[in-house]
Amino acid sequence: MKNKGKNIPTSTDEFIKGLWKENPVFVQVLGMCPVLAVSNTALNALAMGMATAFVLLMSNILVSLLRNFIPKEVRIASYILIIATFVTITDYAIQAISVELHKSLGAFISLIVVNCLILSRAEAFASKNKLGRSIMDALGMGTGFLFALFCLGAVREVLGSGSFFGVSLFPLDFQEWVVMILPAGGFFTLAAWLLIFNLTKRKEAGA
Amino acid sequence: MNGEQTIERPNSFPMFRAMVGIGALCGLLIVLTYEGTLPRVLRLKEEALQKAIFRVLPGISQTRAFTFKNGGFAPAEEGDADLIYAGYDDQGQFKGVALEASGQGYADVIRILYGYDLEKQAVVGFYVLESKETPGLGDKIEKDPNFLENFKALDVSLSDDLKSVKNIVVPVKSGTKANPWEVDGITGATISSRAIGNIIGKSSAEWVPLIYGQRSDFEKREIE
Amino acid sequence: MNPESLTQIFINACLINNFVLAYFLGICPFLGVSGKVDTASKMGGAVTFVMLISSVCAYGIHALLVAIDAPFLQLISYIVVIASTVQLVEMIIKKVSPALFKALGIFLPLITTNCAILGLALFQTNKGYDLLQSVVYALGAGAGFSLALVLIAGLREQLDLAEVPEVIKGTVLTLIVAGILSLAFMGFSGLGGQ
Repeated sequence: MKNKGKNIPTSTDEFIKGLWKENPVFVQVLGMCPVLAVSNTALNALAMGMATAFVLLMSNILVSLLRNFIPKEVRIASYILIIATFVTITDYAIQAISVELHKSLGAFISLIVVNCLILSRAEAFASKNKLGRSIMDALGMGTGFLFALFCLGAVREVLGSGSFFGVSLFPLDFQEWVVMILPAGGFFTLAAWLLIFNLTKRKEAGA
Repeated sequence: MNGEQTIERPNSFPMFRAMVGIGALCGLLIVLTYEGTLPRVLRLKEEALQKAIFRVLPGISQTRAFTFKNGGFAPAEEGDADLIYAGYDDQGQFKGVALEASGQGYADVIRILYGYDLEKQAVVGFYVLESKETPGLGDKIEKDPNFLENFKALDVSLSDDLKSVKNIVVPVKSGTKANPWEVDGITGATISSRAIGNIIGKSSAEWVPLIYGQRSDFEKREIE
Repeated sequence: MNPESLTQIFINACLINNFVLAYFLGICPFLGVSGKVDTASKMGGAVTFVMLISSVCAYGIHALLVAIDAPFLQLISYIVVIASTVQLVEMIIKKVSPALFKALGIFLPLITTNCAILGLALFQTNKGYDLLQSVVYALGAGAGFSLALVLIAGLREQLDLAEVPEVIKGTVLTLIVAGILSLAFMGFSGLGGQ
């Protein structure tokens, strides 16, 4: 429906839409649990975003390649199987990179499986489009997700721990906003970002 | 996605083919990754554990895992749970053990590793393996220097018959530590710091007499 | 394996580490169906029900996977089993109690992609709970999920009548309310301790 009255989107458009106009977190509000749970530091947020983007990219590629091979009666089951495979692979890859990082992300890596974003991209886009466009779509959505996660993680770490990627930013007497790294801080920060997005959109619509 | 195909009776063969094909492909990918990363994952985990053990038992240079079986300690085999890590110095002399213990903290279960030196009859090191304590408050148990000072030499000496500990380790209010077996708490992290004191108290009262009584089990290092 | 007492597990899962407010699991239905107390409580019931069943299943699978020494199949088998359990439960309820099916009906398919269910299965495995502990854990998590959902729904029903600026209506407002509720739930910390 987004093609109505427009030219057929180029692959660059597919990439850009995920970044801003259809940003998975700020606009579509998808895949919330990892967004809130592991965004307490910028590093965790970045790692989680990259893991999700990787799973999204790989499963989009495979779904797109196999789109004529999968009968539609079993498509959801097949997608879930494919996604679960790549999540397991990512899980082991992260363990092999750093045990520390794996510990701080915990079970939330496995929970990428049920991230609605990935399944919805497989179902809504990759199963209907050619490989090239599916890759661009996954890259765009993945980067958008990464960007959103990083926004949250950076804000929460700077305010909550007074540091950025573990490097202290403020003089010693800085009083940290402990609430920011608590679960509640996740809700508040996301609410604030959504508010900013809403305001910008309103301004654009008004102009 | 073609509508006309579904008018005929659905053929189950493509479904079957697709599921089996995808299943096989996924299985292959997973097994390959697992086999490929396993050696490195195991090595990293081993290194992390070694680092923790060396931290809680200062002065040791080798370590070996043991398990408690049939009333004695035996070198751990693969798959054994509840491991106890013995530490040895450069000469291969048995110095102490590192024990894992856990208990309810403020937010969730806290898992710790602590080192017990047999010669000094004292806890000589402590390290938090896993905790979800409130950042900024409860997580002081990992950082507060005064609190960590408790575990440089926390007395767990044995009673005269060597069957039990003389004084069980107990947590006390911040700044009121009067005896070497008391754990000074942290203001603002009372529950978390109390929890640590209790975890060590319970675990050491149970294990230290056993380990001390059977320390010769750990010295038989030549058995492979 | 795990020394926690059953009461501790229940309080931990239900209040202290509430799945929604502390672990952020099950946020999607949380934002979606938390508009009305009535639907929220039904959803809570359905989730608790599925949690109980999948917790028992997950315990069985884990035992099996340990026996055949294939830990790398954990995630795949959990998700497949949970998805099929939900389907199966849906069919059984439809047959046995059409009234209950009507009440839960639309929510059941939604539950498959609810991260709380998979999260529960993964956490109980990580913590090494035995069968009884797992069941209590599932009960606690389900009760906590329902509690959070009903609380938010109640608040949102009231907020519908309040005058709020246009920009923060909807998701933003729900998130702020959830944040405040999450702060309130922190007061439960320490309940499980000595």
